[in-house]
Amino acid sequence: MDAVLETRNLRKHFGALAVANDVSLTVDRGARHALIGPNGAGKTTLVNLLTGALAPNAGRVILEGVDITGEPQHRRVARGLARTFQVNQLFPGMTPLESVALSVAQRRGTTGRWWPRLARDGEAIDEAAELLDRLRLLDCAHEPTKTLPYGRQRMLEIALALALQPRVLLLDEPAAGVPEDESVELYATLAELPETVAVLLIEHDMDLVFRFARHITVLVAGSVLVEGSPEEISADVRVREVYLGEADHG
Amino acid sequence: MTMDHKLRYAPEVDRLKATASWRLSEVGFWLLTIAAYFLLPRQLVLLSRVAVMGLFALSLDLILGYAGIISLGHAAFFGLGGYAAGILAQHGWGEPLSGLVVAGMIAALLGFATSFLVLRGSDLTRLMVTLGICLMLFEVANKLRSLTGGTDGLQGVSLWPILGIWSFDLYGRTAYGYSIIVLFLIFLLVRRVIHSPYGLALRGIKENQRRMHALGTPVARRLVVAYTMAAGLAGVAGALLTQTTQFVSLDVLSFEKSAEVLLIVVLGGSGTLYGGLIGSLALIVAQYLLSGISPEYWQFWIGIAFIALVFLARGGLMGLARGALALLHARWHGSEIPSGG
Amino acid sequence: MLTVLFDGIASGGLLFLLALGLSITLGIMNFVNLAHGAFAMLGGYVAVVLLNRWGVPFLYCLPVAFVVPALAGLVLERTIYARLYNANPLDQVLFTIGIVFASMATASYFMGSQHQIIQLPPFLQGQYHVMAGFDVGIYRLFLLGFCGLIALFLHLVLMRTRFGSRLRAAVDNGRIAQGLGINVNRLFAITFAMGSGLAGLGGALGIEILNLDPVFPVKFLVYFLIVVAVGGTGTVGGPLAAALILGIFDVAGKYYVSQIGAFVIYAVMVIMLIWRPQGLFGRRAVD
Repeated sequence: MDAVLETRNLRKHFGALAVANDVSLTVDRGARHALIGPNGAGKTTLVNLLTGALAPNAGRVILEGVDITGEPQHRRVARGLARTFQVNQLFPGMTPLESVALSVAQRRGTTGRWWPRLARDGEAIDEAAELLDRLRLLDCAHEPTKTLPYGRQRMLEIALALALQPRVLLLDEPAAGVPEDESVELYATLAELPETVAVLLIEHDMDLVFRFARHITVLVAGSVLVEGSPEEISADVRVREVYLGEADHG
Repeated sequence: MTMDHKLRYAPEVDRLKATASWRLSEVGFWLLTIAAYFLLPRQLVLLSRVAVMGLFALSLDLILGYAGIISLGHAAFFGLGGYAAGILAQHGWGEPLSGLVVAGMIAALLGFATSFLVLRGSDLTRLMVTLGICLMLFEVANKLRSLTGGTDGLQGVSLWPILGIWSFDLYGRTAYGYSIIVLFLIFLLVRRVIHSPYGLALRGIKENQRRMHALGTPVARRLVVAYTMAAGLAGVAGALLTQTTQFVSLDVLSFEKSAEVLLIVVLGGSGTLYGGLIGSLALIVAQYLLSGISPEYWQFWIGIAFIALVFLARGGLMGLARGALALLHARWHGSEIPSGG
Repeated sequence: MLTVLFDGIASGGLLFLLALGLSITLGIMNFVNLAHGAFAMLGGYVAVVLLNRWGVPFLYCLPVAFVVPALAGLVLERTIYARLYNANPLDQVLFTIGIVFASMATASYFMGSQHQIIQLPPFLQGQYHVMAGFDVGIYRLFLLGFCGLIALFLHLVLMRTRFGSRLRAAVDNGRIAQGLGINVNRLFAITFAMGSGLAGLGGALGIEILNLDPVFPVKFLVYFLIVVAVGGTGTVGGPLAAALILGIFDVAGKYYVSQIGAFVIYAVMVIMLIWRPQGLFGRRAVD
C-alpha cells in the first residue's frame, strides 16, 4: 500500500493553544480513510493545514511523494487535492450548472482566458452536466443555488470537488445537517466514488463512518490517539472513553 | 466524447449558451443610440456626456458588479486618463485615437500598481486604499499647477480631426458619434470578457472567494487583471471626456466624482452590463432637467437617492425593470410569479 | 521644531477624539460608518450657533456639542443603522455616503459654505514662549490636556467598569457576548451615541484648528479611516497612538514640505497598509 498523502509531525498553535500536536497521518492510494474525534479535536484545522489554507508551525505535508508544505492552495489543487467544507461554500447566485462548469473550467485551466466564449466550450459544460446527472442534480441545473434544499446543496458541494478530478478528496463532515430522507443519496454518492480516488472523511455520523471507512484515525485535542481498522477502533477502550466521556458531559 | 454523449446534454449546453446571446432589447438599445443622433440633434453634447459617464460606470461595474471590489476612488483612473489626454493635446499631439490609447495605458499602469494594495486586507482597508489613492492624486494634481492648470483647469486643449476627417464641432455631432462608437466597442469587449471562462471565475470570486481558493483559482492574479482592466477603461473614459469637451479640471479626480460613478452603477443596477449605461442616462438627464435648482438641493437629494437605493431598489433600475417584466410575464401567462434571484 | 511637534501632538489628540467613535463602531458592529464626520460637523456647527448667535461661553458649548450629536446618533442608530449591521458592505457604504451628502447639503444650506469663525475666550488665546523655536499655543495646550483627560477617562471606563468589559466582550465576539446575556442592542446604541457625541465634541474643539465648513466630513474622512485602520479597534491606546503619529506627520509635513501638503498623510497611510494591513495595534478591523 503506498501513501498518496501524508503528514509528518505537523504542528500548529494559536498562541498557547495547540490545535495540531505532532500529527503524523498517512492516507493510502484508493483509501477510504475516516478521521473522527470529539468536537474541537482539530479535525477541520488539519484539513486546512493539508489544503494550505493554514500554514503549519512545524512539520511537512507530502502529496504523492512531493513536499507541498510551502505551496499555496491553488498549487495543491492543481496537484490533485480537493476538499469540501463543513459549512457549504457555494455560489449562491449561480446555478449548479454554472458552478460545476466553473470548477471544470478551473481544472482545465481556462479561467484565465477572457477572450473565448464559455458557451462555446461545449465539452466543459457537457462534463459539468454529466457530473450533475451522476449526482442526481441535473433537474435543478438551472436554478440559483440559494433556492435549492439543503441536501442538494450538500451534494453540489461534493460535485464541485469531484469536478476537479482529484487524486485525494478531503470531505469535511459531508453528512452534517442533511435530513434523514436525503442522506440515502449522499451515502450512495460516497459509495460510488471512484476507487482511484483516495478519500479522507471527517465525520461525526458513526453510521456513515463504519459503513464507509476501511481505516480510521482518531484525533483528540490535536493529537492522534489511535488508528486502525473499524473493528479495532470500535473495540478500543480509549476511544470509547473519549466518546462516552463526551456523552457524559453532553 | 462520442456524438451520442454530447447530444445527451445538448439542452443544458444550449440553455447556457442562451444566457450569452444578444437579446432583442439590447439590439434595440443600440439602435436607439444611433437614432438619437438624428432625432435629438440639439442634445448631442449632453448625450456625449451620458456616453462618457456610461463608459466610466461600465468600468467600475467590472470590478464592483462582477468581482465584488468596492472602490471609493475609481475617479483616480478616470482623472488620470483625462489629464493624460489633455496634457498630450495641450503639448501639440492632438490625435484623438492615440490619445485614448495612451491615456488608457497610463491609467491601467496605475491600476496595476495599486491593485496589490487593494487586494490586501479587509473591506475597510480596500475602501481606504481606493479613497486614499484618489485623494492623493487630487492633491498632486492640485499642487502641480503648472502642469494641470490647478483649479482653473487645463487650457489650450485642441484636438485634431478623428482619422483626419471628422473634426470636433460646436454642436457635438462628432463628439457624440465618437463617444458612442468608443463606448460600443468597449462594451463589446467587456461583454466578451463577462461571458468568458474568466468572467465566470470573476463572478465566482465575488460570490465566494473562499470556494474559489479551494477550486484552485489563483484569486489574486484574477483580481489584478480585472482591476487593471477596469482602471484602463476608466482612463479611456476620462480621456474621452477631455477630448469631447476640450477641457479638463480637478473635479475629474474628486471624491465627488468617485461617489457619482458609484451612484450611477448602483442606480442602474450593478452586475448587469447595462446598469452603468442606464444609470448614466437617468442621472445626467435628471441633472439636466433639474439644473435650475441650487447645488445644495441637488446634493441633498443625491444623498437621499443613495439611501433610498439601499432600502428600496438595490437592484437599481435594471432590477426594477426585471421585476416589472417578471410581473407582466406572470400576469400574461397566469402563472406563479418566479422567486427573485 | 518643538513647536511643530507640540502642535502635531495637539492635533493628534483632537484627531483621536474625532476618530475614536469610528473605531468602536467598526470594532463592535463591523459597520463602516463613512458618515462619522457628519456627527463631528454637527457638533461643530452647534457650537458655532451657540457661540456666535446666542453668545454662550465657549466651555458651556462643549457639553452641548457632545449631547446633540449623541442624541442624533442614538436616534439614527436605532431607526436605520441597526437594520444594516448584517447588510453587505456595499449597502453600508452607499447608505453612509447618502448620509454624508445629505448632511453636507443641509449644512451648506443653513450655515453657508464659508469657514466658520469663532472667538475663543481670552483665557484660551495667545501663547507661551518657552524658548527659541518652541512656542506653546494656549488653545493647543488646552486641547492636549482636555483630550488627554478624556483618553484617560475612556481607558478607565473600558478597562475598569462593567460597561467597559461588556464592550470589550462584544468587540471580541458579539454572538458569544449575547449568549452571555449582554444586551447587545443596548450596548450598540449607547456606544454609537457616545462615539457620535465624542466626534461632535471634537468637531466643536476643532473649529479653531481644522476649519469647519460643509466639506468637513469628506475632507477628514481619510484621516479618521487611517486612525482606525492603523490604530485598530477594541482599545483606547491604539487609536490614540495612531492619531498622535498621524497628527505629528500631518503638521510636520505641512510645515516642512508645504509643497506637498496633505500628500504626506496619504503616503504614510499607503505605506502603513503595505507594511501592516491589520493595523499597528489592534487585531484586524474587519474579518
